[in-house]
Amino acid sequence: MAIRQCAIYGKGGIGKSTTTQNLVAGLAAEGKKIMIVGCDPKADSTRLILHAKAQNTIMEMAAEAGTVEDLELDEVLKVGYGGIRCVESGGPEPGVGCAGRGVITAINFLEEEGAYEEELDFVFYDVLGDVVCGGFAMPIREGKAQEIYIVVSGEMMAMYAANNIAKGICKYASSGKVRLAGLICNSRKTDREAELIEALAEKMGTQMIHFVPRDNVVQRAEIRRMTVIEYDPAAKQADEYRTLARKIVDNKKFVIPKPLTMDELEELLMEFGIMDEEDESIVGKTAAAEAELAVA
Amino acid sequence: MSMNRQETEQLIQEVLEVYPEATGKQRAKHLMANDPTLEKSNKCIVANKKALPGVMTARGCAYAGAKGVVWGPVKDVVNISHGPVGCGQFSRAGRRNYITGHSGVNVFADMNFTSDFQEKDVVFGGDKKLAKIIAEIDTLFPLAKGVTVQSECPIGLIGDDIEAVAKKSAKEIGKPVVPVRCEGFRGVSQSLGHHVANDSLRDWILHNRDDDNSFESTPYDVAITGDYNIGGDAWSSRVLIEEMGLRVIAQWSGDGSIPEMQTTRHAKLNLLHCYRSMNYISRHLEEKYGIPYLEYNFFGPTQIAASLRKIAAHFDDTIKANAERVIARHQPMQDAIIAKYRPRLEGKRVMLFVGGLRPRHVIGAYEDLGMEIIGAGYEFAHNDDYDRTFKELQDGALIYDDATSFELEAFVERLKPDLIGSGIKEKYVFHKMGIPFRQMHSWDYSGPYHGYDGFAVFARDMDMTINNPCWKNMQAPWKRAGAETLQQVA
Repeated sequence: MAIRQCAIYGKGGIGKSTTTQNLVAGLAAEGKKIMIVGCDPKADSTRLILHAKAQNTIMEMAAEAGTVEDLELDEVLKVGYGGIRCVESGGPEPGVGCAGRGVITAINFLEEEGAYEEELDFVFYDVLGDVVCGGFAMPIREGKAQEIYIVVSGEMMAMYAANNIAKGICKYASSGKVRLAGLICNSRKTDREAELIEALAEKMGTQMIHFVPRDNVVQRAEIRRMTVIEYDPAAKQADEYRTLARKIVDNKKFVIPKPLTMDELEELLMEFGIMDEEDESIVGKTAAAEAELAVA
Repeated sequence: MSMNRQETEQLIQEVLEVYPEATGKQRAKHLMANDPTLEKSNKCIVANKKALPGVMTARGCAYAGAKGVVWGPVKDVVNISHGPVGCGQFSRAGRRNYITGHSGVNVFADMNFTSDFQEKDVVFGGDKKLAKIIAEIDTLFPLAKGVTVQSECPIGLIGDDIEAVAKKSAKEIGKPVVPVRCEGFRGVSQSLGHHVANDSLRDWILHNRDDDNSFESTPYDVAITGDYNIGGDAWSSRVLIEEMGLRVIAQWSGDGSIPEMQTTRHAKLNLLHCYRSMNYISRHLEEKYGIPYLEYNFFGPTQIAASLRKIAAHFDDTIKANAERVIARHQPMQDAIIAKYRPRLEGKRVMLFVGGLRPRHVIGAYEDLGMEIIGAGYEFAHNDDYDRTFKELQDGALIYDDATSFELEAFVERLKPDLIGSGIKEKYVFHKMGIPFRQMHSWDYSGPYHGYDGFAVFARDMDMTINNPCWKNMQAPWKRAGAETLQQVA
């Protein structure tokens, strides 16, 4: 069976890395063979699997060795919990260089070194917050990830970001085989959250594949640099991640997304009371001008 | 022989017909028939615009203009080609801007310094590497008068802060370090690179010794700007200026140096040869230091004499008398050159397609030899260059801006010139068409062409090119008349 390659996108801080590692641990528990490719200069996509602060990244090691050609796969590929193979692309500190190029270089390196030739069931790309440039779209280019999962919550900005990512997917979906496979709701306990994300998913032509409730056990596990599944397999939250993993294994709903227009998205937000109806009369009015009006 | 305006316009229309409508419409704005009475070009020709996709153009890039043209010839600085290795290596030593001095002692322009960017430098940024390179250069070449950082494309893409590195490193090594933002993707041709390089000279070099008045100036001090000493051009120019009693205190930038550039502010007059590439710094010298600039032309005896008189007019009677003496002394040799070559070149028709100055400046030299310019165009001129071109060309001459390879070939097929003067990319195309060709960027491994000495070389080169016996042997032996009988015999 061909390797299923999945990329996880979503707004910065939404919990992509945590969700990815926990669900991958769930898949591993089912006996699946998996590789995680961290595509974020912060390099925190594999720490819960490896019980490490941050693993040596491809770009860091390449810089040390001289060039990426001098690097061997086993120097950067580490195996952690459940036989999960872990690599991090790495990249520069904020404000210098080109992190996007780092992702491109790292993924090319993995291909050339045969990292994908191993008997794998899944590859998961955990990608930096947003598709900021071509480098961060590398995981969804031709021949890479064909399933995209977007991590989202009921917060307005998270939904905006999800919608923008869907726009990016459209570009690649129209020319290749990449498809949106679903929204993962990582709950922030906002009002009517599941309902809202389901409505959003429906409008985008996709599904909310799972609603992951908020549970402090995730944080307790993280402090120990572990996934919930490893830390406390009996926890209710571990079941949630196992369910998500199962749903992904069984997932057949791969679509070219229909991103919402700004108006449609705002309408949805207003419908759920997240956003107030826009008052055109106050646009561009300074406080002073408003005070004057009030007096008059 | 040459066409009138109507015929030229007709030719332009015919050549444009091949293009799709939109392309034809665009290109039409870059082609015209000359009208020598025109003062301003902006209503009749469009220049300095992005080339259309799909055409072959030879306009270089901003890096070519900054590193290749302006900074490259400065002999006592180390120019770092900052980025991947290719830009530096392929812009090294190809331009033949001659230099006196000793390599590694007071000459560094003959070496290739590059930061040799690798993937890791793009990903992690190249600022630290750059600082290290500058420190190493200072250790290896302590006599260098400064360092420049010539940005290649990736530097602009990844947002490296070369200005900050330059400031810090300059303090550490106690010499100017000049960041030059000449990323190749900027602008439409190499022209922007000239401007960027001029600005970097203005901002990082020129004023550094403004409070040092130890230089003893004379009323006869002049500077030469816009001469890159191709094949020794600046030297054969300089001797004439010195012969008329003036003192050349700076050459920009052919065989030039940082101290000369900083001394330029003491000049009484700035002699500007290549207007396109150094009008920027010339204007600045005028505005800040009150040094007027004078555009001159040292191609061919007619233009040289006129220029010497124009220069002398800015000085006293002694210099004016000297200028006449210089002209009188050289005229017999020039007459002899003309007597020798003019009969062999008289009436030959020439088409030119060069950079930003020569299509107008060399016209006089050809005319001194009895030759006629029937078409001229620039690769990267601006409208002010065309303003200066109309009066130099005959009525009806064909003018082409940023000509495409198709247009050049079509024009040549129709006009059948006796000589084409253009660049290396054009050369072999026209050789294959059987047309004599001179590479007029770096004088086809010859030169100098400036000054009276240069004219002797120029006249000889044109003769040996046009009258080379090879052009009579362009037809394959089996295609010549009588070839069939030869075959039958065989």
